[in-house]
Amino acid sequence: MADSDVRIQPKKKGLTRRQKRSLSRGAQYVVFVAAVIVFAVTADWGRLKNQFAQWDIAKEMFPDVITLALKNTVLYTVSGFVLGLVLGLVIALMRLSSVGPYRWLAGVYIEIFRGLPALLIFVFIGVAVPLAFPGTEIVGGTYGKAALGLGLIGAAYMAETFRAGIQAVPKGQLEAARSLGFSPARAMVSVIIPQAFRIILPPLTNELIMLFKDSSLVLLLGVTLEERELSKYGRDLASTTANSTPILVAGLCYLLVTIPLGFVVRRMEAKAQEAVK
Amino acid sequence: MSRPEIEVRDLHKSFGTNEVLRGIDLEIGQGEVVCVIGPSGSGKSTLLRCVNLLEEPTKGQVFVGGTELTDPDVDIDAVRRRIGMVFQQFNLFPHLSVTENLTLPQRRVLRRGKAAAAKVAAENLERVGLSEKADAYPASLSGGQQQRVAIARALAMGPEVMLFDEPTSALDPELVGDVLAVMRMLADEGMTMMVVTHEMTFAREVADRVVFMDGGVIVEDGTPAEVIGNPSHERTRHFLSRLLDPAMAQVEEETSDRPGKGD
Repeated sequence: MADSDVRIQPKKKGLTRRQKRSLSRGAQYVVFVAAVIVFAVTADWGRLKNQFAQWDIAKEMFPDVITLALKNTVLYTVSGFVLGLVLGLVIALMRLSSVGPYRWLAGVYIEIFRGLPALLIFVFIGVAVPLAFPGTEIVGGTYGKAALGLGLIGAAYMAETFRAGIQAVPKGQLEAARSLGFSPARAMVSVIIPQAFRIILPPLTNELIMLFKDSSLVLLLGVTLEERELSKYGRDLASTTANSTPILVAGLCYLLVTIPLGFVVRRMEAKAQEAVK
Repeated sequence: MSRPEIEVRDLHKSFGTNEVLRGIDLEIGQGEVVCVIGPSGSGKSTLLRCVNLLEEPTKGQVFVGGTELTDPDVDIDAVRRRIGMVFQQFNLFPHLSVTENLTLPQRRVLRRGKAAAAKVAAENLERVGLSEKADAYPASLSGGQQQRVAIARALAMGPEVMLFDEPTSALDPELVGDVLAVMRMLADEGMTMMVVTHEMTFAREVADRVVFMDGGVIVEDGTPAEVIGNPSHERTRHFLSRLLDPAMAQVEEETSDRPGKGD
């Protein structure tokens, strides 16, 4: 073993590993600072401020941006999420069913709605359905259509999340429940799903965030002034004022919700990690 | 003696081409305590799991309390209410407190009222000596405590038969005693028990009969004195010597014809 002893000794010539490490780190800082300086010097600050930070335009937006646009965004998201949750659970249970056609149907559903762009689905609901089935009315008008669109998309993702969560519950739990006399359905409802739900709370919250952002697609359904959500509201104002400030404000309103939600997800994940230890 | 409480007739069980049980005949009388011993992969856990149909037998019949479980039309959930089962990994419901672990099955399966279920839960927690842990969650209990809660949960359903699947194998050695004490208490009270175990002291002192299994068949079946004290088969002797004095075992060639890995 004398051989390897020699090899791991510090080399006598050239840079030591420690010197190389600090050199590499120093280079990274230099690149970062250089990039910031280049941006600060070349950016047209006056123009940027004019475009994005017009205080009176921003002030004009309140309180409507909150009481109307953000409220509608939340309303679309929550209704879509609830529909997706219910539909997703049903599809997950179909996917785990012992009946072949159910499994097959659920698989096809998930592939389709995860594979298609959300935008296309909204176009389909807003344009294709009324043309293909004249006279049919989706209940709830725009709100119903938005919930349907977001729910159909969310269900595909949530079905997979539910399935993973149900399968992550140890097999012994079902065996214990069955040995106590629970029927398969009752064991699922009383023992498995409550545990699966805890496991999937973080990914489910992520899906809520995803739907929150996708709710911007509601503008494709053709909405009235009262039905506008953040993106449509911001875009409309941006074109009437010929200024980008409303877009910035609308964007900040999204972050107002998504950043705290993301924080909650990370907290839950850390807690779950701790529980495993 | 009247009809045996547990009766197994010509039981076969295969997993794919792997034949784990190759014709088991076994009777356990009311109030009898039977310990099933044998090397891992001998099919003893599979046999136990066939007795409440957690495993579907490939062939043969299983009767518990005179009801045939292998009858395709049997209400298996109703039969299982009479059969308590205790698992190696405890399998407590981690999202419920100790008391809720005991009351949920009573309420959902037996449709007992809230007060009645709570009363039965408290009684059974007291029997296993864990009244003070009533509000704790399983994760905060030691393995031995969890297993005693699991026994109490099974008892709260008022079973006529109790099945134990290596109940002490997942426990730290110093925690085994508490669980065995509870099982001994049950045996003394006249519970019919079928216990898959490696605890030879328990088998010797508490069991009425010891069954030695190897290779999916029952090799020996008799009183503890006969099977453990004076085994008549070479396979039993070999197994017992390895179990009682593991440090003296020799390195052996692996035999590939042994059926069933990880029962």
